[in-house]
Formats: sequence, C-alpha cells, structure tokens
Amino acid sequence: MGEDSRQVDDEPRSVDLRDPEVAAFLAWLVPGLGHLYQRRTAKAILYFVCILGTFLYGIYLGGNSRLGWGRVVYASWKPDDKRISYFGQVGAGLIALPALVQATWARHHNSSLWNGFMAPPGDRADTTLDNLQKDLNRNFELGTVYTLVAGLLNVLAIYDAWCGPVFAEAKDDDEQEDDEPKEPSGG
Amino acid sequence: MHPLLASHWWDVDLWYAVPLIIVISLVYAATRHEAMEPLLRHAARVGGWIVGLMAAVFAVLWLIELFV
Repeated sequence: MGEDSRQVDDEPRSVDLRDPEVAAFLAWLVPGLGHLYQRRTAKAILYFVCILGTFLYGIYLGGNSRLGWGRVVYASWKPDDKRISYFGQVGAGLIALPALVQATWARHHNSSLWNGFMAPPGDRADTTLDNLQKDLNRNFELGTVYTLVAGLLNVLAIYDAWCGPVFAEAKDDDEQEDDEPKEPSGG
Repeated sequence: MHPLLASHWWDVDLWYAVPLIIVISLVYAATRHEAMEPLLRHAARVGGWIVGLMAAVFAVLWLIELFV
C-alpha cells in the first residue's frame, strides 16, 4: 500500500494511495475514477467534472449532427494527415478510444460507424479533412484544443493518483528561525 | 480598435479561453493540495497568473502592431 505522508500546514498529514498502479490505471480510464478508488472523493469529482466536461465540450465543438460528433478526435497516421494531437487526447482515457475503433474500421471497410463519431476524415465524400475544416471553421481548432487540453490535464491527474499531491516543501525550523526578525542583543 | 476587441463583448473569441483557464487552474492546483480550501486559493492564484500573462502578451503584440 502506498502512502504519502509529507506534512504541510492545514493539509491532511497523509494520503492513503492504496495501490498506486491500479489507481493510476483507473485515473487514466475515467478521469477521477482512480481518486474515487483511493477514497479521495472531492478530488475525484473535481477531476471528473473538469476534465470530462472539457473533453465533452471539445467533442461538441468539433462536430455537428450532419458531419458526426467529435470529428476532431481521430487517429490517423497517413502521410498527409499525421494526427499528433491524438497522443494528447488519448490521455483522457476510455472516452477517446472510439477513435481507435473507427481508425481500424476505416482501414478495412473504408467507411465509418456511429454516424462518423470520432472517425478519421474521408469516410464519406463530404467529410474530407478540407471539408471538415471548412464546415466546422474555427470550431475545428477549438474542439482540438479543448480535447487536447483535457487529455493533457488527465496526465496530471494520473500522476496525482500514482504519487499523491506535490505538496509545497515545508520550511525547516532553522530556516524559519532565520526568517524571523532577530531581537537586538545587548543594551 | 484591435480585432479581438472590435466585436460585441458577447461575440469575442477570447470567451473560449475562460473555461480553459478555470479548468487548468483547478486541475493544476489539485495536483498540489489535498484539502479544498488551499486548493481553491491556489487555483485562484494560478488563474490570476494565466490572465496576467495573457494580458502581457496581448499588450506586447498590440504595441508591436502599432509601432512596427
């Protein structure tokens, strides 16, 4: 059982991390789930709402009912479309994995599932990368940024589940004494 | 008037930054604290720093646009 027992003023003196590896995996799978496993409920809710909310808003921005939702989250490694941002987006966990299913499906069937949800561009004549960027306009970039930021923030949350919070260093007693104004001696 | 500020206040693209600033501040602060009160105080400080930095970058770019 892992335990982080550094002490800082007005902070809990120890954090029971239970099994840190399991917590980290759960934290990746669903933002906040690792913290729920560690019974850190308040932080679990904070991570769940903040990270998943950001990711879902990005999915909303990066699509529409005609083109399909979440068109900004897709896995592609074609010479003319290397989707590097997916490496960040997949940090959000399970919610980004349909993109891998869609990429595999598209490779074998040249079409998409679920009305194009997280499908790579080109599954239909009107969903080439050029068309997606033209139709979604700035929302293509905004959706990419929101989902990417959510994925990267979850990496911080995973680290928090694995190792505990990075508490600020408490000052040593000697250091504190040095900071205090000294009484004038003598006289 | 600068294009970022030219339209109506409700139609400025910078509003898209607000949820991101809030979320980034909260999540970053949550990796530094366990208790909610210091966490929220830290998040407010981080949010202030981000807004300040954005304002500074905006001012520099605006001056460059004006004088260069």
